[in-house]
Amino acid sequence: MSTGRMDLTNLPTISGRRRNTDRVMRSLMWIATGIALVPLVLVIYFLIHKGGGQFSSSFFSTDPNGNFFGNHGGIRSAIFGSLELIGIATAIAVPIGIGVALYLTEYGKDSRLANVVRYFVDVMTGVPSIVFGLFIYIVLVVSKVGGSSYAGWKGSLAVTLLMLPIVVRSAEVVLLLVPDSLREAALALGAPRWRVITRVVLPTSLSGLVTGSLLAIARGMGETAPLLFTVSTTMNLSANPNGLMNSLPVQIYTDIHSPEASVEARAWGTALTLVALVLILNLIARAVSRRSRVA
Amino acid sequence: VEASATTTAGGGRSVLERSPLSRLPDQLMQWGLSTLAVLLLLLLAYFFVRLIGKSETAFSHFGLSFVFGNDWNPTSNPATEVYHGLPLLVGTLVTSSIALIIGVPVAVATALFLTELCPRRAQGAIGMLVDLLAAVPSVVYGLWGVFVLAPKLQGFEKGVANTFSFIPWIGGGAGDINAGGNYFIAGLILAIMILPIVSAISREVLRTVPPEHKEAALALGATRWEMIKMAVLPYARPGITGGAMLGLGRALGETIAVVLVIGDADALGHHIFSQGYTFAAVIANEFGEGSNDPIHASALFAAGLVLFVLTLIVNLIARRFVIRGTRGSRSAGTGGAMPGGAVAMGAAE
Repeated sequence: MSTGRMDLTNLPTISGRRRNTDRVMRSLMWIATGIALVPLVLVIYFLIHKGGGQFSSSFFSTDPNGNFFGNHGGIRSAIFGSLELIGIATAIAVPIGIGVALYLTEYGKDSRLANVVRYFVDVMTGVPSIVFGLFIYIVLVVSKVGGSSYAGWKGSLAVTLLMLPIVVRSAEVVLLLVPDSLREAALALGAPRWRVITRVVLPTSLSGLVTGSLLAIARGMGETAPLLFTVSTTMNLSANPNGLMNSLPVQIYTDIHSPEASVEARAWGTALTLVALVLILNLIARAVSRRSRVA
Repeated sequence: VEASATTTAGGGRSVLERSPLSRLPDQLMQWGLSTLAVLLLLLLAYFFVRLIGKSETAFSHFGLSFVFGNDWNPTSNPATEVYHGLPLLVGTLVTSSIALIIGVPVAVATALFLTELCPRRAQGAIGMLVDLLAAVPSVVYGLWGVFVLAPKLQGFEKGVANTFSFIPWIGGGAGDINAGGNYFIAGLILAIMILPIVSAISREVLRTVPPEHKEAALALGATRWEMIKMAVLPYARPGITGGAMLGLGRALGETIAVVLVIGDADALGHHIFSQGYTFAAVIANEFGEGSNDPIHASALFAAGLVLFVLTLIVNLIARRFVIRGTRGSRSAGTGGAMPGGAVAMGAAE
């Protein structure tokens, strides 16, 4: 049987000019991707190069002191302060954020109110973090709500505002991925809506929700601008959320302004600590999302 | 669940209907979640109103020259202090433009590389690395910028300023360049910071290009690049534009990285290598001294308001573009939401 195969050797060839353009443009894209990764490599190189030497047990176990000469102290209060600030912010932002996302996907759907909420959550995503800091400053700091002007919990609230839209958006995307057939099956078995949400929708989308929340936490952790106006700064270790608190980003920011070389070195060590924490959170988030059941 | 059609003869409850008590948690949940959503809106509106209230003093003192007058002089003395923010506006726009000019082409090329050229196996890893650029906190970019980038690029900047001295805005000011940073360094740092956002949204948009279009172009004999130029880019252009505008919104509002490398000069710079200021940077820097002087404080709040409105406009325009760019690729239920993954990522980064 004759196969009637096409003779591929006699196809018209592509002109040299077109081939060259193609080659040039392709290599430009390769090069651009390389260029895009250069800053990441450089930043991490300098962090390790300049900050790695700072790591010692006393770096993590002593508080910074104001000494101009001699030993400047470590960053213990900054680490604990950051963890406490972000802990409070997470405790507020994640439940509210997932709650709003549940409203959008399970109740509001395409209603007018739901679309307005979606619109404003998008608006919130674009608000500069410094503006959130100003909001909290105006509403809570100036009027000395809670007795003190600057306070840790106010900083947490500023970070909460920043994290909320991230949590809502990522949670909504994940909740939408839960197949409707699962919801319908549960409803058909006689389950009320709230049981469908707590027993079907949330467990199915759990890993996606965790991923979104972790990315929001990673983002909130590195924010400096809103904290400057709401928590101010202190060098002392303090667990009281109604008082001044230190944090990693603010510690870096103040250390940069010091003329003392060894304080500058502490800024690099603090930055390495912060980036390590944030990258670990990011990697965990990615690992969790890979095990997701729906996405 | 709502099986009210089958009522019993006695007017009582159908066996399929729930008792009012067992319906209660359902109603509570619906109520609770809706209230939460509405409260979020009210909170935003309240903040906005309070911010306007706080900036009123500045606007009543300086009127429109708060934005367009060229004289920022924070002396904390009511007789001599003037807050005319043109130098800040120009600084904000110049640094953001530099960020877009450098950042967007690289980001789009990276996105094209990842979606069209990259071997499938390397795609995930390279994409993740680009995304990780966004995970680095802004204060760390600032630290790197002020201690590494600004000093190391001094020679390069002087070379450019001398070589291209005939180009206005770029050349001529080599003498002003110092190790402390300037518009260009700030723009460069911003370019690095917006790159992952623009790239993530571009990738999302490029993935929505129908494979039939690409296959058709290739089948007609197009080379890879011609396929990208003729089939991929025209289709993805609105979405990529929207992504770039979201990057712009981010660049306009970025504070800490910029304040460390902008040079803190109240006066208007004459070229891209001169020291300057941005709205966000001036708030962060003058906040400490300014909070005790009512006019200065109000001027800083007004700067925040201008920044807020500026980013709001840019983001709303961006939203239109991104929706248009990905229309049809989303399921019906989302009601015109942005491509959520990319935006959530962009935000998270």
